[in-house]
Amino acid sequence: MSIPTTNKQAVEIGKANKRKYMLERVSQRVFLFCALLSVITLLLIIGFVFYKGAHPFVAEGYSFIDFIFGSDWVPSEDKFGIFPMIVASIYATVGALIIGVPIGLFTAIFLAEIASERLAKIISPAVQLLAGIPSVLYGVFGLAIIVPFLQDTFGLVKGQSLIAVILVLAIMMLPTIVTVAETAIRAVPQTYREGSLALGVSQIGTIFKVVVPAAKSGIMTAIVLGLGRAIGETMAVILVAGNSLIVPTSLTDSVRPLTTNIALEMGYAFGTHQEMLFATGIVLFSFILILNFVLAKISAKGGN
Amino acid sequence: MRHFKDNLLRGLLWLSAFLSVAVLVMIVGFIFYKGIGLISFDFIFGDYSPTGDGGIWPMIVTTIYTVLISLVIATPIGILAAVYLQEYAKQGRLVRLIRFATESLTGIPSIIYGLFGAVFFVTTLKLGMSILAASLTLTIIVLPVIIRTTEEALKTVPGSYREGSLALGTTKLQTLYKVILPSSMPGILSGIILSVGRIVGESAAIFLTAGTVAAMPDSILSSARTLTVHSYLVTQESGDIELAAAVGIVLIVLILVINLSATYISKKFNKSTNK
Amino acid sequence: MISLKKAKMGLLMLSILAVLSACTSNSNDKQTSDGSSATVSISGSTSVGPLAEKLAAKYTEEENTNIEINQIGSSAGITNAISGVSEIGMSSRDLKEEERANGLNEVVIAYDGIVVVTHPSNKVKDLTMEQIKQIFTGEVTNWNELGGDDLEIVVVSREDGSGSRDAFQEIVEYSSGELIRNSIIASGNGNIKTTVANNKHAVGFISFEYIDDSISTIDINGVEATAENVLQEKYSLARPFLFVYKEGQLTDAGQRFIDFILSEDGQLIAAEAGAIPVK
Repeated sequence: MSIPTTNKQAVEIGKANKRKYMLERVSQRVFLFCALLSVITLLLIIGFVFYKGAHPFVAEGYSFIDFIFGSDWVPSEDKFGIFPMIVASIYATVGALIIGVPIGLFTAIFLAEIASERLAKIISPAVQLLAGIPSVLYGVFGLAIIVPFLQDTFGLVKGQSLIAVILVLAIMMLPTIVTVAETAIRAVPQTYREGSLALGVSQIGTIFKVVVPAAKSGIMTAIVLGLGRAIGETMAVILVAGNSLIVPTSLTDSVRPLTTNIALEMGYAFGTHQEMLFATGIVLFSFILILNFVLAKISAKGGN
Repeated sequence: MRHFKDNLLRGLLWLSAFLSVAVLVMIVGFIFYKGIGLISFDFIFGDYSPTGDGGIWPMIVTTIYTVLISLVIATPIGILAAVYLQEYAKQGRLVRLIRFATESLTGIPSIIYGLFGAVFFVTTLKLGMSILAASLTLTIIVLPVIIRTTEEALKTVPGSYREGSLALGTTKLQTLYKVILPSSMPGILSGIILSVGRIVGESAAIFLTAGTVAAMPDSILSSARTLTVHSYLVTQESGDIELAAAVGIVLIVLILVINLSATYISKKFNKSTNK
Repeated sequence: MISLKKAKMGLLMLSILAVLSACTSNSNDKQTSDGSSATVSISGSTSVGPLAEKLAAKYTEEENTNIEINQIGSSAGITNAISGVSEIGMSSRDLKEEERANGLNEVVIAYDGIVVVTHPSNKVKDLTMEQIKQIFTGEVTNWNELGGDDLEIVVVSREDGSGSRDAFQEIVEYSSGELIRNSIIASGNGNIKTTVANNKHAVGFISFEYIDDSISTIDINGVEATAENVLQEKYSLARPFLFVYKEGQLTDAGQRFIDFILSEDGQLIAAEAGAIPVK
């Protein structure tokens, strides 16, 4: 073959390479843009919700302190205090975590480490399926089974109560926690286990001292997702919370968490009332942001 | 002592697993027990009738619309975003910002998405209470789910795959399409499944953006009612637990079918990549 | 690898199809709004909603009209009618002054009674208006003060902004601020009914349409809660079902639907649904 052709080939290859690199650069931009979309939507959401929610305090002279610490919520009489709801949301979420996280996590460990392959193969997909069950159905279940159960068995005056909310939320976050945590635990390399067992550590010891710590980031994800599901749940909670406007002092009080306040009244609220519901949304939102911040700190520490 | 502790923990593991399974079996059992009496061909494929003896076909169609539209938008964006975060981005402030945004989006209660959708899509973009407004809201809701699960899936692809491929002289993009994405496909699919579940199961956000019209939607700009919203409304408005449970059965079967087909697909993928 | 490509193609086709169908249905939508089949959008009260749906179902059997009904509560329906989001708003309470000031027209399509309900096992079957007020404001907290068993009273109310609640409070004469704080707030007639039916402590109020065997109804001053007693003005816990629309906003299709509701056929359907006909 003569030299010019190889030159030509070289040029061709060069052109192809150029195109390749071009494509490479363009695609990287596209990927970046897609990744940035989540930042953009977050900003949009914050912007719109805060704009609407801050309006009464900025332009209409309502006191933000009274809004947070006020205990009267009577929209038709222009009273907007959400302290009872803040307390209710915190109690309900913490309660659900106390019950749901240990059980969910232990179930995940059981499925990944203890259960025979056959048993795990039956249970895991079933639990996965349950993660997809609409939360409304948990509410229907709560209303038809848990509420009467609390009334009849424990003699509660009303089954719609904080404890009913906690139980429904705990049950609801189970599939999420189990599914995600199980995946994380299974992803821990087999060599970790073998190493630990070879050192004479028992199976249980290995699980809790080696495997679980190694899967920490995944387990954290599981808890965050479960928490997100619990704190954000609205429709199921409306059905079992009772939605009373009191600061709960016992598990048997009926409560109104922040989310249900929004869903109950958003449908017909307008003017200041509607803006106050957006303000309720801001409070809910701030909780989540603080939570994410704390968790980011925790997992950063864990990483070291 | 250590044996005692081990046995105690082992016992707790068994107990927890038993509790989880028992509770979940109870819920499904309850729904089927309550609702199965109403299930019939006419119930599923019949048109809605306000007198109560009609079917739920319009709600099924509405649900399918929302799932399709949301996924068509969210899946490509989510996967590409995850690819950027895992394969391209250098750790730094930008990535931390994106991660923080994604995690925050995951944690935002759906009722707030509903508020946002009602102000932004319904009012500001003038889409009205419609399937489209609800689907766009749902797109934002499932985006972080897809990003997160895709990222997890990409993490599990061994570095040696990438190195091997790059060593053969392929570009990063080729490696991505030919090696990395195919081998993380099952993980990505599980993310999409989770998303379908989330969309089908979502109620609060849809309630505020799609409305509650109980009729067959004319177009994606019609206001309509999904299965979950229907189930909620019949519990709330008519106190009809049996009807709510019957709708629940349809929802569960729908999710079961989606799950099974997804498992089947991911198995096929595994075979083809192993070859 | 082949199956991957196939799957990719499949996905692509699917998305194209979805986009296409979206486009075509969009254009369909435009055609229908220009063409013969008009759409009447109605939103509002969850008490009026079921009746409006039944009327619409009957009406659309014969007429080529789409009737969209969103049940979102009275106040929201009225707001929508004012802002033009909906052509017609449904309300289960009288309009407030400031709402009327926005140039709203109202048509009474039927009347409805509100009935106080308790658990079937409750011995209390008759109350005075004053006693009802005492119960809902928390002055009386035990059924034995009203001649019943020694059981704590659990009050169940609708949410603030519900037309039924507004109408009830206006007639019984107490304000939202006076409602006993630990009352259960249920967001629908059905929810109140199931709550009361499952709790022997509970008392609530629902629309006549929802009365059935699962709950026990309370007479007021010895007058039973029936449609006749409402019509003869013996039973005072009643309110109108309204269709409201903005002056000049009503389309021909909307007007024809209202005409149908007020016709003999329409009123017959209303009566069958448990509401009280206008005539």
